[in-house]
Amino acid sequence: MSMNRRDFLKTTAAVAAASAAGIAIPEDAKAAADNTQADWHWDKAVCRFCGTGCGIMIATKGNKCVAVKGDPLNPVNRGINCIKGYFNAKIMYGADRLTQPLLRLNENGEFDKNAPFRPVSWKRAFDEMERQFKKYYNKYGPTSVGIFGSGQYTIEEGYVALKLVKAGWRSNNIDPNARHCMASAVVGFYQTFGIDEPAGCYDDIEITDTVITWGANMAEMHPILWSRVSDAKLNNPDKYYVVNLSTYRNRCSNLADMEIIFRPNTDLAIMNYIAREILHRGAVNWNFVKKYTVFATGFPDIGYGMRNPNSPYVTPKEKDTVEKQARKVITEEEAIALSPIGKWKAGDIMYMKHAKGKGPFKHWEITFEEFKKGVEPYTLDYVAKVAKGDKDESLESFKRKLKKLADLYCDPNRKIVSFWTMGFNQHVRGSWVNEQIYMIHLLLGKQAEPGNGAFSLTGQPSACGTAREVGTFAHRLPADLLVANPKHRKIAEKLWKIPHGTINPKVGYHFLKMMRELEAGNLKWVWAQVNNPWQNTANANHWLKAARTMDNFIVVSDCYPGVSARVADLVLPIGMIYEKWGAYGNAERRTQHWRQQVVAPGIAMPDLWTLTEFAKRFKLKEVWHEWKLPDGTVLPDVLEEAKAMGYSPEDTLFDVLFNREEYRKNFPWPDPIARDEGGRMHPNTEAEGDFRNVVGSDGKVFNGYGFFIQKAMWEEYRKFGIGRGHDLADFDTYQKVRGLRWPVVNGHETKWRFNVNYDPYARKYAKPGDKFAFYGHLLKAIPRGDLKGPKTHKKYPLPNKAKIFWRPFMVHPEDPKYDTKGYKYWLCTGRVLEHWHTGTMTMRVPELYRAMPEALLYMNPKDAKELGLERFDLVVIESRRGKVKARIETRGRNKPPRGLVMIPWFDEKILINKCTLDATCPLSKETDYKKAAVKIYKA
Amino acid sequence: MDRRTFLNNLIQLSAAATAAGAVVSGFAEENKNKPLALRPPGALPEKDFIKTCIRCGLCVEACKNRENKMIVNGKEIDTLYLAAPGDSVPIGTPFFNPRTGPCFMCDDIPCMYACPTGALTPKECENNKGEVAIDYAKMGVAVIDPSSCIAFWGLQCTACYRACPEIDKAITIEWKQNKRTGKHAYRIPVVHEDYCTGCGMCEMACVTEKPAIKIFPREVFLGKVSNRYVKGWSKQDQQRVKNASTKTTTKTPWSKENPLQNLNQGVNWNE
Repeated sequence: MSMNRRDFLKTTAAVAAASAAGIAIPEDAKAAADNTQADWHWDKAVCRFCGTGCGIMIATKGNKCVAVKGDPLNPVNRGINCIKGYFNAKIMYGADRLTQPLLRLNENGEFDKNAPFRPVSWKRAFDEMERQFKKYYNKYGPTSVGIFGSGQYTIEEGYVALKLVKAGWRSNNIDPNARHCMASAVVGFYQTFGIDEPAGCYDDIEITDTVITWGANMAEMHPILWSRVSDAKLNNPDKYYVVNLSTYRNRCSNLADMEIIFRPNTDLAIMNYIAREILHRGAVNWNFVKKYTVFATGFPDIGYGMRNPNSPYVTPKEKDTVEKQARKVITEEEAIALSPIGKWKAGDIMYMKHAKGKGPFKHWEITFEEFKKGVEPYTLDYVAKVAKGDKDESLESFKRKLKKLADLYCDPNRKIVSFWTMGFNQHVRGSWVNEQIYMIHLLLGKQAEPGNGAFSLTGQPSACGTAREVGTFAHRLPADLLVANPKHRKIAEKLWKIPHGTINPKVGYHFLKMMRELEAGNLKWVWAQVNNPWQNTANANHWLKAARTMDNFIVVSDCYPGVSARVADLVLPIGMIYEKWGAYGNAERRTQHWRQQVVAPGIAMPDLWTLTEFAKRFKLKEVWHEWKLPDGTVLPDVLEEAKAMGYSPEDTLFDVLFNREEYRKNFPWPDPIARDEGGRMHPNTEAEGDFRNVVGSDGKVFNGYGFFIQKAMWEEYRKFGIGRGHDLADFDTYQKVRGLRWPVVNGHETKWRFNVNYDPYARKYAKPGDKFAFYGHLLKAIPRGDLKGPKTHKKYPLPNKAKIFWRPFMVHPEDPKYDTKGYKYWLCTGRVLEHWHTGTMTMRVPELYRAMPEALLYMNPKDAKELGLERFDLVVIESRRGKVKARIETRGRNKPPRGLVMIPWFDEKILINKCTLDATCPLSKETDYKKAAVKIYKA
Repeated sequence: MDRRTFLNNLIQLSAAATAAGAVVSGFAEENKNKPLALRPPGALPEKDFIKTCIRCGLCVEACKNRENKMIVNGKEIDTLYLAAPGDSVPIGTPFFNPRTGPCFMCDDIPCMYACPTGALTPKECENNKGEVAIDYAKMGVAVIDPSSCIAFWGLQCTACYRACPEIDKAITIEWKQNKRTGKHAYRIPVVHEDYCTGCGMCEMACVTEKPAIKIFPREVFLGKVSNRYVKGWSKQDQQRVKNASTKTTTKTPWSKENPLQNLNQGVNWNE
């Protein structure tokens, strides 16, 4: 198409005006606008999807990302991608992209929860959001509002959200979907090492010669890492050994040298068996254990993170399962597992005395002799009987495999890496199994050195970088600081230049608790960002109904219409990943930044902008006065101190938190770093507005904040970690490199933490001559006792030491083996390679949609036969909590043993979370999506 | 072309002559026994199938009426169609297009048993022990174009493999080291024709714009090796010796003459 300059100007202006007003633009006029921009241009970025963190290059042409290539310079993936990565250029261009705010309005243009959505301006959207927020906030206080955040936020977005909620609203009700995915890993790290995130890095894959996957279907969920495992295996096929432990056969098994199918929840027993073998075979690395570890344990009677069984919101059908939150009848197999801590016998009742408050977290040091007593009952005979997951496998064969597994761990001539993801983390004892894998590696001294270590894989692209490192959790602040710790609050208040006492000391609602409190009517206003809570939360029927029928206001920011947007009152159209500046942090602590490549469609705006614009709606006098919280906590009036700091009560949260004079001075826009290697000056919607001239939250064209807000936020954020073992490099450095693994000290990344040869902090803290220092500071003073309980009040410090926990096996509260109501199948949920989480993006990529258009229920052919079912028959999956229909697949990629069915959760039309159980690990509050009892019958 | 096929085509051509112009040329074209049509399970070899199929459509009906249909977005995915003008398949014969509607391999094979003439027959859907199952169907064979299959670039795809109902048998993964990256193995799908039923789930799942894996009729794609040599390293392959005929005489233009005649020609030499 040829076009002269005048046509060009006309078209661009028309498009800008049209999209600002939310008018549909004819397709060819839009194409003309796109084509008249500069020619195509490559720049580095990072894949939108999983926690692997592959580097990509994006070709931009006009205002469109037109192509993607793997970044050959990125050490994670060296130019290759999986098929989700392959389609990064298509995810932003689904025909039903949300391009304007939508509010439920009645005929008179007033908000009405029961009215249909209608398009509104940003001003109207923010006006209603503010009105509703203040209605609840002023009446019920900071605990009545909250944000469902994300492990897919950019780091800067997460930081802004955290700061607004904790420093501004003085609420701690911000919790990410990463709660569903990584919280148990975090607790495992805190309890064992006192600091979050893995010691090792992906280089371990090439250095080790043994890979054990425990509930990690890497072949589908981390394909690029799995290709590295495959390559390493090809390099050394005789020595390199791969074991796949899972509750059903998945695609890792075809590379694995050995597959172990175990019964759900019995990983606890298997790991105790391995520990027992380590002890009995004399394989303990005493030099390591004595110098760098202590033994510890906690209480077993901690419940399952379910609601109080007397809660009025527990339905009669749910009751028998939820009862176990208060008391549980001990089974014969548990009586043996628990024998080291008392004379349990089958039929005894265990009262869950430590289910509440800090109970589940309490732990104390024990002696090695006590620890040894603890693992003693976990003999091969006992564990094999308890843990065998495939009815069609012989006990002898299963025993041989367990023994082989112990051989591999105990072999002094083997390096060994254990990987896990949701199989461990989504577990009613998720924190325990995380502790247990470290137990094994620490006993052997195979931890924190090249090729040796327990390595927690991450699901989301920035579960580490944003959710965990920034701390967008109900209990956290950046860099492993905690809201409940007064010293930590003080550090944050100082860095944020806010009055002492501003931050609420009470931990907020975790993700599931937010849903429960929404149903209980205590949470009134909630904003979901970069995630899909009403599809991704277990026991969804409760939350769907609560959102639609109760007195509350739900804001959902999203790029496409999904389940959560459907239950919302207000939907905000959001700029997607390459439509904004950002950074993600992957599973190996690698932080990677990208530049804004294009401008969002319609009047969609980046999440960061929606947060900062909303902050403009609050004056200090509205938030920083005294609050009496429902539990009696008093948040002090900090306005006087604020005045002393130079603030006026009339200042807005935007002024104080996000638009400070020093930001404007130190981080001007334009900034030369926005010019990439190819010479393109990248846009920055937040800093300068953009060609669309979007009419903003005040009804005027948004022309930008006038400074480099993302960089300002980054530079402020990284101050939290410097000198605390969480050091990140400056903003500009990351624009030039393919990521760096923190801590980044003196410009150097750290590959293996806690090891004096690699980690400057280990060198700093280690005693002379020591090779390791587990220098994490959290939970590093504990009482002493025996397996039954603590015996001292005094807490003994454990500098530089890691803890080796003893934890007993107990059965899952809905184990079908003990089900008396006919729910005879285990239900396990998960993902498939083709789709990401709730399918919001990938179900809009035609090729991925076609490759897997519908979630199928994977079932053992013998079970199908017994139920009189044929392949693709429509069945009802029914649990105590709900039912959905799906088609069965008996020949699929996943091969469950008899008695277990597996279904992926990406398909909103098969909303399997209506059936899943909202039981969590009592420590991490992470839901066990892998286990629930269901009935299956023909629809 | 035998007489029957000839007549068959003739009848259809004359019928077509009454139809509208645009259709006619296509119609004639389609009836030249296009060998690329994919037939339902149990189909006789194409030549015999064409002769035996009476275009009654009962197999298509059976396919449509099966209970366990894949429904995507409220729409049933149909597999079998009767060829219509424009389908590039002899008019009225059943066929399927795997990209949009693969065979879902029903255990009870309703289409095959619906056939009244034996054009679809259990005989063509059995293993060497004479057991009939959909797993032994030979509707076609999957063929990969390595230039457009992104697994050959090193990308981690194998969508076809995961979609395969005979996973780990009809399609397996072959690992190959990636010398360029030094650490990311290629994971390449490999089709094994002896297990491939030609159902086409792979072709539907393939994520490239035009599928890099496609189903071809077996007689079009597959070659055949002689039974005079078997793989010394494969027990299974040695079974082929059973099929080796004892009629072992070979002929080439050189062996045409009898040896006596040959020898008595004598030899010539240059002076």
